[in-house]
Amino acid sequence: MLSVIHCDVAIIGAGGAGLRAAIEVARDYPDINIALLSKVYPMRSHTVAAEGGAAGVVKGEDNFENHFNDTVSGGDWLCDQDAVEFFVHEAPKELTQMEHWGCPWSRTPEGDVAVRPFGGMKVERTWYAADKTGFHMLHTLFQTSLKYPGIKRYDEYYSTAIVEHEGQCYGVTALDMRTGQMRFFRAKSVIIATGGAGRVFPFTTNGAIKTGDGMAMAYRVGVPLKDMEFIQYHPTGLPGTGILITEGSRGEGGILVNKDNYRYLQDYDLGPPDPWPRKKAMELGPRDRLSQAFWHEQRKGNTVKTAFGDAVLLDLRHLGEEKINQRLPMVRELAVSYMSVDPVNEPIPVRPVIHYTMGGIDTDIDAATSVAGLFAAGECACVSINGANRLGSNSLTELLVFGSRAGRNAVQFVNQLKSGVDEEKILAIAQQEVDSVMGLFQRQGSESIPALRNEMNQIMEAGAGIYRSEESLALAVKQIAALKVRFADVDLSDKSNVYNTDLIQALELGSMIDVAEAMAVSAFNRRESRGSHQRLDYVERNDQDYLRHTLATYAANAAPTIDYRDVVITKSQPAERVYGGDSK
Amino acid sequence: MKNDVSEETENTPVVRNVQFEILRYNPDQDDEPYYQTYQVPCQEEWVILDAINYIKDNLDRSLSYRWSCHMAVCGSCGLMVNGEATLSCHSFVREMPDKIRIEPLSNFPVARDLIVDMDGFVENLASVKPYIIPAEERGLEDGWYNQSPAQLEKYQQYTQCINCMLCYSACPQVGLNEGFIGPAALALAHRYNQDSRDVGRSAREDVVSSNVGIWECSFVGACSEVCPKHVDPAAAIQQTKIAATADYFKRFLMPWVKPKKSSSLEPGDEK
Repeated sequence: MLSVIHCDVAIIGAGGAGLRAAIEVARDYPDINIALLSKVYPMRSHTVAAEGGAAGVVKGEDNFENHFNDTVSGGDWLCDQDAVEFFVHEAPKELTQMEHWGCPWSRTPEGDVAVRPFGGMKVERTWYAADKTGFHMLHTLFQTSLKYPGIKRYDEYYSTAIVEHEGQCYGVTALDMRTGQMRFFRAKSVIIATGGAGRVFPFTTNGAIKTGDGMAMAYRVGVPLKDMEFIQYHPTGLPGTGILITEGSRGEGGILVNKDNYRYLQDYDLGPPDPWPRKKAMELGPRDRLSQAFWHEQRKGNTVKTAFGDAVLLDLRHLGEEKINQRLPMVRELAVSYMSVDPVNEPIPVRPVIHYTMGGIDTDIDAATSVAGLFAAGECACVSINGANRLGSNSLTELLVFGSRAGRNAVQFVNQLKSGVDEEKILAIAQQEVDSVMGLFQRQGSESIPALRNEMNQIMEAGAGIYRSEESLALAVKQIAALKVRFADVDLSDKSNVYNTDLIQALELGSMIDVAEAMAVSAFNRRESRGSHQRLDYVERNDQDYLRHTLATYAANAAPTIDYRDVVITKSQPAERVYGGDSK
Repeated sequence: MKNDVSEETENTPVVRNVQFEILRYNPDQDDEPYYQTYQVPCQEEWVILDAINYIKDNLDRSLSYRWSCHMAVCGSCGLMVNGEATLSCHSFVREMPDKIRIEPLSNFPVARDLIVDMDGFVENLASVKPYIIPAEERGLEDGWYNQSPAQLEKYQQYTQCINCMLCYSACPQVGLNEGFIGPAALALAHRYNQDSRDVGRSAREDVVSSNVGIWECSFVGACSEVCPKHVDPAAAIQQTKIAATADYFKRFLMPWVKPKKSSSLEPGDEK
């Protein structure tokens, strides 16, 4: 017998976007039943690891226009400008709301909220809570959510499939990890807020849980994945572990040097180096440019060697111990613990690491997908405000702005819903999904989960890394397709029920392979260079052919089909992205 | 400029064989827990979690445990390492002997292998009303509250808790008294009590100053010693005790004074 739980809105994922959505619904619509499902307890969600801050216009000399322009040019004009316009206007309201909920924002001596500069930003507008902004936002949201009895949490429930019928969403199937029981959450609308898919790659700032589950679930019921070729490298991760050293460290005045103690960014159209710090120049250039500069330095032999491969050096020594302790305590703690380097005395070796998936579930400005009643918000979604390269500190704000919007719109959908679906049919679809998970227990497979995962990581790193080519991508597409076939024969060696993490890893791997394929095929088909997508064989941006979003649509036993949709342009015509001395 | 990173480089990572003795328990199959031994070739830079991941990927697919961020901020991977409550992503194999015993966090029911049942912990957090209870509703149009850096500093330390539960494993009272809501929950109550935007201290007092709250603490200070984020729950509990006592005596000595709703108690303190 299928175990069924009825609710109005099911939210998958209890990180920043999922919690924000849940609170929005619970606060304004106390009669709505919310089921908040997450494969981890909410405070484990990866929002917790964001360090630097959240962007929202507050200063007198700043304005919405600036935030809009920085975002659109930062995204290399692939952002939808109507969505960006909405986003920049909502941003300060959402951040103020977080303040009312207790977020410990850092303050000015006068007691106002303090802001710091971030990469690609004309005027400083990044709100921060020391260098643990995501941590504080997540805990503030989680603790605030405890105020609302309408939010029923299902912690450690791994969602396996969206239940869809004739273009409408009827709920989600999920595995109760502590018992091994599958349940069907029969929901009138569903919000996916499951985060990104950085774990598709080997070196990433992303935690183990970021396996693209929600993206894969939406994709498999026909919602396109949009702009999946755009994956952000963060220029300053620790070699080996991929642990993030926040951009805030450069915002506070940190510099990047090569093995000759030379600020190499001046050789890549980001200089001149002084005066420093200076907005939108040198170390405060955008992330894609900085990561690409590393690649060139490495080829020139200008990087330093570490036990975990090549690196450049992030030097904070001139900031002094007091400022480092006050503004960047976590950076110091991480460098000392994981690199045995105290940034007060020594520069920190860093290298670019996979950080963020700009692409994701195709949604409109209302956070709605092409399946009625199915919404998505946060890193798993692509609205798109991040375009070809996300501006640092826009993603924490995005969680709030589009999390609350998804919540409101999901309720609106529920309230306008006309009844009259064949419930037997819906249950049968849910049962099918449950059976397919249970099928893993029946089979004797021969492919090892960690081996396949490793291969996937290597394929993506080699074929779809910082720089790509027709050849490298064609190979990656072919190899991932082969991997997909082999995954069908995956071996589940643990057949028990309680906390079967072997099973969870198998399901996560299935999600990642589908997402990886969408990334590789989308990248193969975009024959231009734009933002984070850099092709050695097509080095120029090509607005004529590619000022369009890529839409990858799932096909069960084949590569996804690729379509394109024009970017929404309201007021900013594509221009050259200029940083450094000539930037405005 | 120091460039000595490059000198150590090209060497292959140092490998040391370490014996891991891990507590196993699967309620589907086992009547009681037992220890299983694994030999792990550990690299110099590894944390305990890396070794456990090595076991999962290479030696035993059935081992279950929690982890995610690998940077000591998500709070998932707390374990007993040679008898001490530890974040396994923040504890280096190179600082350990050649034999390492790994167990689930003490003072919690074991669900499977290294995974403990933490629902009770989350309920304890929720019981202290860990959210801003404002004097009056504030609209977005009113902007943010003014809060000086000094006011922020009063509670900031208590916001650093990552809910890793190490303090519950270390605390003797948690082990002895099942009802005790424990160090992290009390520190969290104190965090909101000390926030200048909050007036909820009396609303929290029911739980905090009850027989499951602060009075259960015998001030051993183990919680503060074990805390990886230097939250110092013991100090929070001690300050709360002083505050609650002051309230109690004021009721007799100055019956005309209503108990202060807000949190601060030191003389001359203002919100």
